[in-house]
Amino acid sequence: MSEALSGSAAVHRPGRGNGRPWLRHWAIHLVLIVGSAFMVFPFVWEFLTAFKTYGGSVLVPPQWIPDPWTWNFGAVFDSIPLGQMALNSVIITLARTLGQVILCTMAGYGFARLNFPLRGPLFLVFLSVLMVPSQLFLLPQFEILRSLGLLNSLEGIVLPGLFSAFGTFLMRQFFMSMPLELEEAARLDGANPWQVFWRVMLPLAKPGIVALAVFTALWSWNDLLWPLIIVSDADKQPLSVGISLLASDPHNQTNYPVLMAAALLAMLPMLVTFIVLQRQFIAGIAFTGSKG
Amino acid sequence: MKLTAPQTAAPIVDPGRERATAPARRGRGPHTSAWWALLFVGPTFAGLAVFYLYPTVRTIWISLNDMGPFGRPTFVGLDNYAKLFADDVFVTALRNTFVYSLIVLLGIPIATVIAALLNTPGLRGRGVYRTLFFLPVVTLPAVVALVWRLIYNGDYGILNQALGYLGIRGTSWVTNPHTALVAISVVGIWMGLGTNIVILLAGLQSIPDSAFEAAKIDGAGPVRTFISITVPLLSPSIFIVSVIGIIGSLQVFDIIYLMLGNDQNPVKPEVRSVVYTFYQFGFGRNQYGYAAAIGLALMVIVLALTAVQFWLQKKWVHYE
Repeated sequence: MSEALSGSAAVHRPGRGNGRPWLRHWAIHLVLIVGSAFMVFPFVWEFLTAFKTYGGSVLVPPQWIPDPWTWNFGAVFDSIPLGQMALNSVIITLARTLGQVILCTMAGYGFARLNFPLRGPLFLVFLSVLMVPSQLFLLPQFEILRSLGLLNSLEGIVLPGLFSAFGTFLMRQFFMSMPLELEEAARLDGANPWQVFWRVMLPLAKPGIVALAVFTALWSWNDLLWPLIIVSDADKQPLSVGISLLASDPHNQTNYPVLMAAALLAMLPMLVTFIVLQRQFIAGIAFTGSKG
Repeated sequence: MKLTAPQTAAPIVDPGRERATAPARRGRGPHTSAWWALLFVGPTFAGLAVFYLYPTVRTIWISLNDMGPFGRPTFVGLDNYAKLFADDVFVTALRNTFVYSLIVLLGIPIATVIAALLNTPGLRGRGVYRTLFFLPVVTLPAVVALVWRLIYNGDYGILNQALGYLGIRGTSWVTNPHTALVAISVVGIWMGLGTNIVILLAGLQSIPDSAFEAAKIDGAGPVRTFISITVPLLSPSIFIVSVIGIIGSLQVFDIIYLMLGNDQNPVKPEVRSVVYTFYQFGFGRNQYGYAAAIGLALMVIVLALTAVQFWLQKKWVHYE
């Protein structure tokens, strides 16, 4: 209904594009601003609370502006090794993303363009892995890592996530959609499949690779259950687990200023990455949605 | 590039097949590309076999046994499965998972409306709005949970204070058994909105402007256009978002685990999801066999509901 208002406003201003666009769509902006407020308010509240005193955080009616502004970040580092956890998260995320980009791009290209025995059945096997909810792998993965002696290690967190049926499928779909002629010329010049892949296809596959990288990085950064299962030492844990541990520490359980300070620090690396690479993130998610 | 046309005089059935014959024709000998395939596909296949295929088979085997972490397995056949539906813990978890999924599905109409608004021609600030709606997607679930626990706090949470102004008495949202699941599901919607909007917006941008202009010429208002043009033409994207959404929310673990907290939240048993119970039996109580049965039951449910969605799509999804 609010749209109807903006629609009729548009009728009064013939020739779209001229006039004041903010005004022309005022009703749409109203809805979107209210919606955005719901999305952003929790973060604003997180930020404000992070700088309050404990007493200030439990006031009724609420204290909006911290008074006095308080530095709670020291208390965070006193309870958990936040710096180490952030480093762990970065290492895990980079390793998995790099691994998947290399392995899935190669495998995806193999399925899209190479002819080899059992290609069809093998691809079906890949697809069947896609159908299985990821929890089903956890018990045996745990057993395997235990027998490899990799429990409680970063390598253990990373290892299974280097391989992805979804990533392979995504890249195969991407390579399938590229015109064959691109490779013909290179092959006629005597290039072998690796050279064709490396010199011709890879540079053209950037949108697919970006999508895969964004998807893997986000999934890996946020991944909770797997590290929760295989790592017990605080200094081996990624942020996704570490922050939840902080909240279970009886000293901090309801000390929201300290918890919010930790939360603020923990969200910072991915937030900064997102703001810098915004276009790639949006394009990547949209692409994954269209192919997945 | 032009040279290829005469060489491929035979009808190409399969791009890969054509590839294999081309080098042979150039006199390099009839080497198959099996070795190349091994190089390209081999590493991923080996990894998937070890960490995904074997575990699937192994989990099926575990589910047929009574087994702890180190003890010898005892074969019990389908006993673990028979226990499932008589077990209050599992039945409650299943109900909770369905309720959560249904509530989170409400996020899709919301995302569709927002995406349609963002797609308004000539709208200023589209990128800014899109970024704001996307923020929760790039935020750790642990952070999301902490922030919302603060908002939902029964004593001094900002939500109850806001409701107070409207004369409504709030509750301690995540420790009250009547409200906890709904409160957590709302956070689930909030977290997923950004992804859905981005996928739907990409879908909307592939709809030709002419479709909307035709509706305008026919005198359709914005609401009418949304219902009769936007939704049907966007239905393939809406379908994808629903399939991904249902698969994801049936496997919900993170946000429920994190919102309930590691402390002794009294509603824990009442709000647990299926994956949460899987985690508890598998890694808390070391009842591997029963946990595996829970996992497999969930897989059957996920596959069945996905199949139903694919079957239903014929009735509402319009493909050009």
